[in-house]
Amino acid sequence: MDPERFILFTGHFGSGKTEIAVNYAMHSADSGQKTILVDLDIVNPFFRSTEVKEQLEAQGVKVISPNFVSTGVDVPSLPAEIYSVFTDQAAKVIIDVGGDETGARALGQYFPYFQKEAYRMYYVINTKRPLSSTKEDILSMMREVQRMSRLEISHLVNNTNLSYETDICDIIEGHALISQVSKSVNKPIAYTAGVRDLLDQLPDDLKSSVFPIKLFMKPPWR
Amino acid sequence: MSKVLMKGNEAIAEAAIQAGCRYFFGYPITPQNEIPAYMAKRLPQAGGTFLQAESEVAAINMVYGAAGAGARVMTSSSSPGISLKQEGISYIAGAELPCLIVNIVRGGPGLGGIQPAQSDYFQSVKGGGHGDYHLVVLAPSTIQEMVDLVQEGFDIADQYRNPVMILGDGMLGQMMEPVEFEERKSRRLPPKDWATTGWKGDRPRAVINSLFINPQVLENHVNKIYRKYQEIKANETMAECCNCEDAEIIVSAYGTTARIVKSAMEMAARKGIKVGLIRPITLWPFPTETFQEWAQRDHVKAFLTVEMSMGQMVEDVTLSIGGKKPSHFYGRTGGMVPNPADILAEIEKVRGGNA
Repeated sequence: MDPERFILFTGHFGSGKTEIAVNYAMHSADSGQKTILVDLDIVNPFFRSTEVKEQLEAQGVKVISPNFVSTGVDVPSLPAEIYSVFTDQAAKVIIDVGGDETGARALGQYFPYFQKEAYRMYYVINTKRPLSSTKEDILSMMREVQRMSRLEISHLVNNTNLSYETDICDIIEGHALISQVSKSVNKPIAYTAGVRDLLDQLPDDLKSSVFPIKLFMKPPWR
Repeated sequence: MSKVLMKGNEAIAEAAIQAGCRYFFGYPITPQNEIPAYMAKRLPQAGGTFLQAESEVAAINMVYGAAGAGARVMTSSSSPGISLKQEGISYIAGAELPCLIVNIVRGGPGLGGIQPAQSDYFQSVKGGGHGDYHLVVLAPSTIQEMVDLVQEGFDIADQYRNPVMILGDGMLGQMMEPVEFEERKSRRLPPKDWATTGWKGDRPRAVINSLFINPQVLENHVNKIYRKYQEIKANETMAECCNCEDAEIIVSAYGTTARIVKSAMEMAARKGIKVGLIRPITLWPFPTETFQEWAQRDHVKAFLTVEMSMGQMVEDVTLSIGGKKPSHFYGRTGGMVPNPADILAEIEKVRGGNA
């Protein structure tokens, strides 16, 4: 696992941050590490990490959610409990940040804490999403996310997918585009994420840094 | 164009822009906020105008104005917001103006909740506003179909000079699926020679109006609109039938619920139960004849309507089958989504009762 205590998942809207954050938290807890997942998403009304709270807690992950989450009171209010993660030095803290610069804004208020302790900030990219399919669009959104959060992206994640229609070529093409982004901002691609069956088909040079995920954000007929 | 992964709400907005919509007037409400958010970003790039109005009432009246001037225009909202728009919708129907209205339904009544529901069927189909009128109501069940119906919806609105509603639910608005935007063939549409585009003396003055003080004149006007509705019924009614040919039980569902029913049908097939599905795509006009046809078949023992409501469309199903077969209902409401196993249990119950 990554050495930093704080692991932040940011990305453009609908990039798949939540699936990755949930999976990451479960891995962390599985390794015996005390783990807290903070659902900091103030953008999405549903398909959010809080919806898998039961499964997360069963695996030993503590979940901190926004106030009123999933109640219908769609007020973007964050609980004071979040501050506890900065004092509990024993815990690995995974933060699932909402999409785009709007979602990253919620992170900005914790800026002073991230000045004191190391963090790793992933930026998750799915090149099959609208407004994220060119290098220029991706770079411009990354700049906005950094500006709003006042934090610096340290690693990229290739999460290119077309949901249940994903083809291995989509992932490889996504990787090629994200490699250009990676070069231009000088940040490494930490992982290529996807379901295990697809990742197994990747060419060897991409296989070394895969992050297989189990899918949790599903409609009731899947 | 290759496929992209989109949220239902984003797909609606992009489909509208590609269909030539250049004006959007709205007011935010969950779970449809991605529509105005996307429009705010993309419409100015496409040379259009996005305006967040001061209220839903203002937004729908801006739609009335733009439609009257002949523009392709739309608005979107969710249940409580659509309730606020009803006066304007009735005016638009009365003045015979084409526009697209999207309702991404959430639980009600009142402010209700923000989770998916289908409890606005009556409001959409039976006329939520006052007076004798109908909206054409289209009910997609996949994101791709949402794209297709948004584009088709604008054409239907223009062809008949009538407001068209896309009735989705929070699940369809929020979920993500791969979609393709294909080069589409537009219908041959009549010229908008009735639009108020400025009088230059070369034609009678165009007047957009829904006020007819003389009762005989108003009756004539309503009769004219109803002749148009007959035409819409004859030309535009759509339904999908699935495995009905040898079905013992025919389930009826629209939108998201139809997707869940299809999963329940697969489970039923594994148990040897023959289940068919009639999925109305147009909720108004309702595919009455499709139901009548299947109700006459001997192999069909009963109908079961499944909705995310306390039972609204089931009334139209019951009316359509006219007592020829028993009509049952199963529903969840308030934002609760039925799961395939619950629906299968209900199918088995209906089958037991009719064996």
